[in-house]
Amino acid sequence: MSLQVAESAIQQAEHADEAGGGLWREAFRRLVRKPAAIIGAIFVAIFVIVAVFAPLIAPYSPTATDLSQIKGPGHIPGPSSTHWLGLDDLGRDVFSRMIYGARQSLVVGVVSMAFGMVGGIILGLLAGGLGGWVDATIMRFVDMMLAIPGLLFAIGIAAMLGQSLVSVMIAIGVVNIPVFARLLRGQMLAQREADYALAAKSLGVKRSRIILGHVFPNSLSPVIVQGTLTLATAIIEAAGLAFLGLSGADPAIPEWGRMLADTQKFLTSAPQLVFYPGIAIVLSALGFTLLGESLREALDPKNRR
Amino acid sequence: MTVEITRPDAPDAFVAVRDLRVHFPTEDGLVRSVDGLSFRLDRGRTLGIVGESGSGKSVTSLAVLGLHNRRTARISGEIWLDGEELVAAPPERVRALRGKKMAMIFQDPLSSMHPYYTVGAQIVEAYRIHNDVSRKVARKHAIEMLGRVGIPQPARRVDDYPHQFSGGMRQRAMIAMALSCDPELLIADEPTTALDVTVQAQILDLIRDLQRDFDTAVIVITHDLGVVAELADDVLVMYAGRAVEYGGADDLFERPEHPYAWGLLGSMPRLDREPAERLLPIRGTPPSLINVPPGCAFHPRCAYCELTGGLSTTEVPPLTETAGGHLVACHLAPEKRREIWENDVRPTLESR
Ligand SMILES: Nc1ncnc2c1ncn2[C@@H]1O[C@H](COP(=O)(O)OP(=O)(O)OP(=O)(O)O)[C@@H](O)[C@H]1O
Ligand code: SF4
Ligand SMILES: [Mg+2]
Repeated sequence: MSLQVAESAIQQAEHADEAGGGLWREAFRRLVRKPAAIIGAIFVAIFVIVAVFAPLIAPYSPTATDLSQIKGPGHIPGPSSTHWLGLDDLGRDVFSRMIYGARQSLVVGVVSMAFGMVGGIILGLLAGGLGGWVDATIMRFVDMMLAIPGLLFAIGIAAMLGQSLVSVMIAIGVVNIPVFARLLRGQMLAQREADYALAAKSLGVKRSRIILGHVFPNSLSPVIVQGTLTLATAIIEAAGLAFLGLSGADPAIPEWGRMLADTQKFLTSAPQLVFYPGIAIVLSALGFTLLGESLREALDPKNRR
Repeated sequence: MTVEITRPDAPDAFVAVRDLRVHFPTEDGLVRSVDGLSFRLDRGRTLGIVGESGSGKSVTSLAVLGLHNRRTARISGEIWLDGEELVAAPPERVRALRGKKMAMIFQDPLSSMHPYYTVGAQIVEAYRIHNDVSRKVARKHAIEMLGRVGIPQPARRVDDYPHQFSGGMRQRAMIAMALSCDPELLIADEPTTALDVTVQAQILDLIRDLQRDFDTAVIVITHDLGVVAELADDVLVMYAGRAVEYGGADDLFERPEHPYAWGLLGSMPRLDREPAERLLPIRGTPPSLINVPPGCAFHPRCAYCELTGGLSTTEVPPLTETAGGHLVACHLAPEKRREIWENDVRPTLESR
């Protein structure tokens, strides 16, 4: 038995020397060894680069029409050397529209996720930090929100706020608040019982400082993982709301969900028009999901060596 | 600074616990984790509290530091620290004493430290709660403390995270944290259980040295009698939330009188023997603290229960003095106990 203990002590010591930083750095080290994480990161990187540098990458303006290519009513030109993904029914370059669409999706995804995350963190922190009736009230409210199906709830809010991109982002954000709130609160309640919280208390650290300075930062990792996963669902939800015509944005500004909606009537005559935005939505969401799930595994203490 | 007023009825000991009870109401019933415990301790002395798992040792130590959740624990009795009573004191007052006047080192130093802060940052925080100094000064103090507890290259290791330390180093860092404000009472709850044997000895040496230097009162909690033999001046043997034997370390190791203490001595690992043959476990298992056996709580496991004419199963034996300062809670007559120890138990222990 003591041999085992000694061995594990040696292993620990070796591990201790090689590890160079905090938990996040250690998690990162585990992350880069996961193929799923790499694939996810590549998808996400492509998506972000395309979104940020859209004007540099897109060969044409997303609204410019090239009617010379259209050889009569109902003709939708396919891919060619000048228009890599072809043109749409109005003669606009599909490739350029896809590139600009990434921009829109990223903005909507990030903003609505951030909205939900910040709102959820505020509620979760109040509930998990103060406890008592504050906790009971907030959690009742959160449970009520969770009982409503997400997309339906978002449609309701977006419809109520009026058709605009901002209302879509608020709607998706609001829908995601309860998940973040619940996650943070549960994590904080568990962490409050942790040994380090008791040890801090035993040194005379004030309750407020233990909760804000010790328990809260240590409860954030599942929230961050959830944030990554939420980016994926937010992109899909945003596309869904746009598809339903709730984003109210200028139809000229390309948006993947809207492109999907506008082109579904050509499903048989020009299926590629539906295929491109569809696959873009799926791949970007997949990227964030792969990354989020890998991050969750990497941060899980059970998977630590 | 608050002026500490010594109450007229305050005991003269530095630490005095009187009739401490810690009960937890739960769905299954009332858990009587500590049920009428009394002990005292002077500066510069060490009290060892021993007992099997679940006997209420940790609950006692948490009660002394006021660390129980006031919503879930029912605490009564008195805890005196340097003339101040703590059970009835306002929580904020007890908080101000924690870290400064009394501190604790825990069993598992890795989980007892915050994973996201460096070891140094945690000592700095502990120090600055009770000392109004700049970060820079506190950092110097942290490096000094790390050096004191025997961490090599403290100026470099101060910026390491807990997981970069080995188990023994972490326990040293934890001790540095607990001692950063020179507490006068240090409670060590299983300070060495998580460590391997050689490191254990080093940590015990360290605690002893620091105690001598600071004149600290130390309570060391353990189920390892070896640790007690190493450190303690006095020993309190707990069983099911009560003291069954209490006296000087010599009394406990040379003249133990309680059958449970005999059992503990029998199950004490002897380093000069092979692991398989050095243990004589106490038969049976510790009782539930919800349904504590009537009479002497130890009676279902006691080989001498029959010798008391049924008293053991009906009446709780009081903790009474058997010789100067040596207290035992057992219905057997003191002469009988000594006779059993000398003629029966001691020869068996020595012959194994
Ligand atoms: N918060 C609580 N609520 C209910 N029961 C509790 C609580 N804390 C401790 N107990 C119970 O009190 C009893 C004594 O626990 P304690 O931790 O003091 O034992 P211990 O002597 O320290 O044992 P060990 O050697 O395993 O550390 C146990 O049966 C435990 O289940
Ligand atoms: S009181 Fe009776 S049961 Fe209890 S220890 Fe003494 S002899 Fe054993
Ligand atoms: Mg314990």
